Amino acid sequence: MAEVERTFRVFRYKQGQAAPSYQTFKVKAGPRTTVLEALQEIRRTQDRTLILRHSCHHASCGTCGMRVNGQEVLSCVTNVQELGAETVLVEPINNIPLVADLVVDMGGFYERYVDAHMPYIRQSEFEPDADLPEGIAQYTRYENCLECGLCVSACPVMGSTSDYLGPAALAAAWRVVAEPRGQDAGRAAEAALEWVDNENGCWRCHVAYECTEVCPSDVDPGGSIMALRRKLTGRKFRRLLRLER
Amino acid sequence: MQNASATRNDVRPRRPLRAWFDVRRRHMGSWAFAINRLTGLGLAAYLFLHLAVLSTLLQGEAGWDRFLQLARSPFFLLLDVVLIFGILFHGLNGIRVALVGMGVGARQHRALFWVLMAIGFVLLAYSAWKVFTI
Repeated sequence: MAEVERTFRVFRYKQGQAAPSYQTFKVKAGPRTTVLEALQEIRRTQDRTLILRHSCHHASCGTCGMRVNGQEVLSCVTNVQELGAETVLVEPINNIPLVADLVVDMGGFYERYVDAHMPYIRQSEFEPDADLPEGIAQYTRYENCLECGLCVSACPVMGSTSDYLGPAALAAAWRVVAEPRGQDAGRAAEAALEWVDNENGCWRCHVAYECTEVCPSDVDPGGSIMALRRKLTGRKFRRLLRLER
Repeated sequence: MQNASATRNDVRPRRPLRAWFDVRRRHMGSWAFAINRLTGLGLAAYLFLHLAVLSTLLQGEAGWDRFLQLARSPFFLLLDVVLIFGILFHGLNGIRVALVGMGVGARQHRALFWVLMAIGFVLLAYSAWKVFTI
């Protein structure tokens, strides 16, 4: 594939402005150019005020999540030419407070885990007795979730209420239940189930599964939410029949 | 972060209707979600319409006959088919949502949807034939 010119229509907003707008840029894209690289090219050569988040460039960090032509993607692994469109519409992810241009404030997203004492990095079960390098307290096990927020952006329920815990936090809760780790695993699992068992927890989901569709890391938040419900439904029936206290 | 949360309401307010019904670039589950909501609203509206129609009985036999004449027009029969579509989609997708929502068949939710929709299509075709031929 040869180099082609594409029109980028980019969401723009700066603190203090009355309303966001869209700005158009022309960018040359090679066969392997990603949306993130194209945006960086715009920053380098056309408009240094364009603000975006990124880090690893290989779908590990989750920081470059955005909406490209209306779909939530990691821009670092989204090929411009493979989009098959002359115009590439680039917008920040939805349902998370906007900071500027393509950057959103992920603070509230992360607090969902902290509020529930939900570990999004946990002690490794693989190297519990390993000698630790100076400066770290313990080896940690990386979860699949990149904390990119794409699932939150795509969820239709998140689009109507900020009270809903959301697919990422609920998937994290299911991990605590499904893969108990550490000394306090039983109590953590109980706390997680209690945390999600309400109208803004796993019962708020309306089974659209868009979270699972857009997840770049196969976390399957929709499946996790249904697994939480199955667990809680079974428990409620057992309690109803007095088979469990 | 300066004023970050304040911007949510100012420049990007949540738009529930857009979040529910803008299904461009979305997948099967979102289409099912959106159509389920539309048919739900439609059926709720139909309930009131149905009560209004029944109230024509208060006008006696003549009033009811006038309505029956209208109800036999091709346009009204087409509306009957639309109504049956709404009932079938909402009911059958509701079965999927209820089952998957309790964790039953969650991994097979796509297959479940298409099987139920296939059943719905057959029932809709049969019902439409009956509506226009009785």
